[in-house]
Amino acid sequence: MNRPLFETDAATRLRIIDCDIHPSPKSPAALFPFMEKHWVEHLQTYGTHMRQALIGQLAYPRMTANGMRMDSKPEVGPPGSDLKMLREQHLDPLGIEVGNLIALSRGGMEERNPDLAAAMASACNDWQIADWLEPEPRLRGGIVVAQDNPESAVAEIEKHAGDKRFVQVIMSTRPNETLGTRKYWPIYRAAAEAGLPVGLHPVGYSNGKPSSGSGWPSFYFQEHYTFVPGAESLVTSLVIEGVLEAFPTLKIAIIEGGFSWAPALGWRMDRHFDTFHKEVPHLKRKPSEYMKDHFWWATQPMEEPKKPRDIIDVIEWIGWDRLMYSSDYPHWDYDDAYRIFRFPVEDEQRDAVLSGNASKLYGFQ
Amino acid sequence: MPTRTPLRIDADFHLPQASIDDLLPYLDEFWRGQVVDRELPSMPFRLTSYPPNSPLTKNPDFEGLDVSAALDKFGTDVAIASMLHGAVALHNPDMRAVLMSAVNDYVAKEWLDREPRLRGSIYVSGEDIAASVAEIERLAGDKRFVQVLLLAMQEIHHGNRQYWPIYEACEKHGLTLAVHAGGLYRLPPSVSGWPSYQFEDYVMQSMVFENILTALVGEGVFHKFPDLNVVLLESGFAWLPTIIWRNDKTWRGVRPEVPWLDRKPSEIMAGRVFLSLQPSDPPGPEELKQIIKHIGGTDMLLYSTDYPHRQFSGSDPLPAGLPEEALPDILSGNALKAYPRLAAEPALREAAAILEETT
Amino acid sequence: MTRHVVAEVSGFPDKGIRRVEVAGREICLVRLGDEFFALMDVCPHGGAKLSGGRLGAVVESDGPGHYRMCRKDEMLKCPWHGWEYDVRTGQSWSDPKSTRTRAYATEAVAGEELVKGPYVADTIPVEVEGNYVVVDFPDRSAGRTREAAEA
Repeated sequence: MNRPLFETDAATRLRIIDCDIHPSPKSPAALFPFMEKHWVEHLQTYGTHMRQALIGQLAYPRMTANGMRMDSKPEVGPPGSDLKMLREQHLDPLGIEVGNLIALSRGGMEERNPDLAAAMASACNDWQIADWLEPEPRLRGGIVVAQDNPESAVAEIEKHAGDKRFVQVIMSTRPNETLGTRKYWPIYRAAAEAGLPVGLHPVGYSNGKPSSGSGWPSFYFQEHYTFVPGAESLVTSLVIEGVLEAFPTLKIAIIEGGFSWAPALGWRMDRHFDTFHKEVPHLKRKPSEYMKDHFWWATQPMEEPKKPRDIIDVIEWIGWDRLMYSSDYPHWDYDDAYRIFRFPVEDEQRDAVLSGNASKLYGFQ
Repeated sequence: MPTRTPLRIDADFHLPQASIDDLLPYLDEFWRGQVVDRELPSMPFRLTSYPPNSPLTKNPDFEGLDVSAALDKFGTDVAIASMLHGAVALHNPDMRAVLMSAVNDYVAKEWLDREPRLRGSIYVSGEDIAASVAEIERLAGDKRFVQVLLLAMQEIHHGNRQYWPIYEACEKHGLTLAVHAGGLYRLPPSVSGWPSYQFEDYVMQSMVFENILTALVGEGVFHKFPDLNVVLLESGFAWLPTIIWRNDKTWRGVRPEVPWLDRKPSEIMAGRVFLSLQPSDPPGPEELKQIIKHIGGTDMLLYSTDYPHRQFSGSDPLPAGLPEEALPDILSGNALKAYPRLAAEPALREAAAILEETT
Repeated sequence: MTRHVVAEVSGFPDKGIRRVEVAGREICLVRLGDEFFALMDVCPHGGAKLSGGRLGAVVESDGPGHYRMCRKDEMLKCPWHGWEYDVRTGQSWSDPKSTRTRAYATEAVAGEELVKGPYVADTIPVEVEGNYVVVDFPDRSAGRTREAAEA
C-alpha cells in the first residue's frame, strides 16, 4: 500500500469493474431498426418532445469538446459510439473485466409523449443488445425505462429481466415527479422482484425543472455542481417517501452523483427526524439507516480534497463495501482506475472499490 | 482577574410575525383601502416553508418564552432578527413592496425601539430589484439594520447579475447580504421535482444553499463586490466539504469560462462567507470535529439559536465538539467580521477588544 | 544527456501537437511557429496523454463578464479534465507550485549537428537535408521510468 496505483506494473494488473460507461448511437437513426415504422416516421417528422428549449442539445455548452474527452471522437459518429475505440482506449489498457453501460439521452426517459417514450426506451435496450452486449462480452446493459409511463416501464423490466446481460434498471433523475413518489413504486416493485438494482445517473436534460432548487445557473461551472444536490435530493426523496420501507430488498446505485456528501445528508435527515417523524410515520428507522442498507455509490468524479486523506473519513461512514469505481467514459471528467486513490488504502479496500463491491451488487462472480 | 463571559451575538433570531392589522399604521391611504377591500387581514401570510404550528417553526422547548425572555435565557448580547413575512410571495410588485416596507417599519418601531439587544434585517424581494434598492436606500440610515435579507428559493439563484444592484447597495452601506432558508414555491426545491412531505422539503433546503454558494462564487459576486459579505442562515453547514472540494476541482478544469475566479473558490469564500451554526447536523462531537477538519476550521461559523425554530433540544445552542479555543470567535468574533455595521458599534468593538486582551 | 532527433521541422504544422517516442518514452511535442516545446506525454493529474489535448491562451479577466486572452496558444489543455499546462515550463496554471509536467529543452538545429536519435534511425533517411527537432533527454537507464507522474 501507499504506493500510487499508477505505478503498478502491467504484470500485477488489478481486477476492475467500471460502473459507468456511456454508449452513444452513431446517429439518431441508429435506433430506428429497433422501432416500429410509425415511430420512426414520428421521429422524422416531429422529432422528440423534451421539456427544454433546445432540440438535441443542452443549454449549458460544456467547457471542452461538448463535454467529451478531447481524444475520444471516432472518425464517424460521436464519442462513445465506436466499440473498437472503447476497447482500445478504455477496456483494453485498463484491463476492464466488466463495464456497465448507462445509455443516457436516447432512451426516451425525458420524452413527454408517453407512448413514444416507451418505444424509445424499448429501442434503446434492443440497441444495447445488438450493438454492444452481443459483440462485446465484457459489457453489461442497464434496462432503460420510461418511468413516467410506469406500466411500460414494468413491462420493459419484465421483458429483459431474464437476460443476465442486463444488470440494473436505469431511470431518469429528472422525472416528472420526485422519484420517491408512489407513481413510480410499480417500477421499484418490478426491479426488486427481478433482483435488479436501480441505477440513478444525473442528466443535463432539464425536463422543465431547473438544475437547482434556487433557479437556473448561468455558467457550466455551476451546472456541473448541480449533479451533487440533484443526487442528494433523489436519495432524500427515496428515503423519506418510504420507498425503502416498502421494498426492503431494493438496491440503489448512485452513479456520477458523488458520494462525499452522503454522511452529511444522512446526519441532516437524522437531525430533523424527531421534528418531522409524525409527518412520516411510514419510516420505521432513522433515515441514515436506510441509506446505509440500500445505497451503493460510484466514485467518479473522484473528490480531490486539498488533504486527500479527508476522503477516508467519508468512506468510513459510507462503508468500504459500498463504493464502486466508475470511469464515465467518454466524458471529459473521466477517471482512470489507477489514479483515483490519492490517499493510502489497504489492498482489500482498493480491490473492493475497483471490483469487489460492484461484483457483489450486480452479481458478477 | 475576573473572567468575562464572551460576547454572544445570535446571527439567526426570528420575531413573531406581524398580522396585516399590525401593518396598517405603516400603509398609506390607498393601500389601507386595498387591505380592507381585499380583506387581507383574513389571510395568514405564512410561508409554506414554516407552518406555524409545526415543531420546526415552534420549538416546544421554547413554549412561553417571548423575545426578551429568549434573549435572557441564552445570555444573548445582540441578536440579528428577522421576520419571515409571507408578503414576499405576492406577485403584485407594488402590494408586495408596500407590505414588505411596512414589515421593516414595524420591526424598527415595535422591536428595535423597544429591545436594545435586537438588530434588524432589511427584508426585500429578489423579484423587483428597483423596489428593493429603493427600500435599502430608504432604511440604510438606520444603523440598527445590519443586513439585507433574501429568501433562499427565489426564481433565479442569488449569483445572477439581475440582483447585483441590490448587492451594490449593500456594499455601499456596509450591509451584509443574508440569505435565509425558505422559498417562494415558484420552482421545485430539487431537480427531481416537488417532494411529497415537508420533511423532504426542509432537508432539501441545504441543497439549495449549495447551489446558491456555487452561484455566488462562480458568477463573480465576491470579485465584483469586494467589500460585500454573505451570511447563509439556517442553511446547515455539514455540506460544506463537498462544495469546497468540488468547486476547487471543477475550477481547475473550466477556469477559462469564469476567468474572474483568479484563485481557488475555497480561497475566494474565505472571510467572505459565513453560516449560522444551527441547525448543526452532525450527530455528535466526533462527526462535528470531522466536518470542521474538512472545512479547515471554524472561521465561517456564526453562533445562532434560530429561535423559535427547533434545531436543538435542551437549552444549549452550542453543539458539543466545537474547539474550546474557537468559542469566542464563534460566539461573536466571526460575526464582527461578517457584519461591518456591528463592528462599527463602539460598545461592541470595545467588548470585543476587551475579550481579545483577556484571551 | 543524449540529444535525440524527434521530428523534422518541415513535416510539422506551423502550430501543432505531436506525440513522439524517445528512448522508450512518450513525449508530447508542441510547435508554435519557430518554437518547439517538449513535455512528458502524461498528465500528472489524471494520466491522460497530453498530446491528445488542445492549445489555448491564458484567459484573464478584470471582472465578471470580461475576458482577455493573452499568451495565445501557450497553454496546453489536457484532453480529459481541461487542466492547463504552460508549454514553456510544464507548470499547471491553477496550481503552479505542486502540479507540473516535466518539460524538456528543445531546439531546432541543422541536420549535421545531430546525434542521430530514433526518429532518424527509424524513419528518416539520413540524407534528407533540412532541420530536425531534437530533445535533450536522459538515457532510459539513467532515470526512473515514470518521472512524469511526479507531483
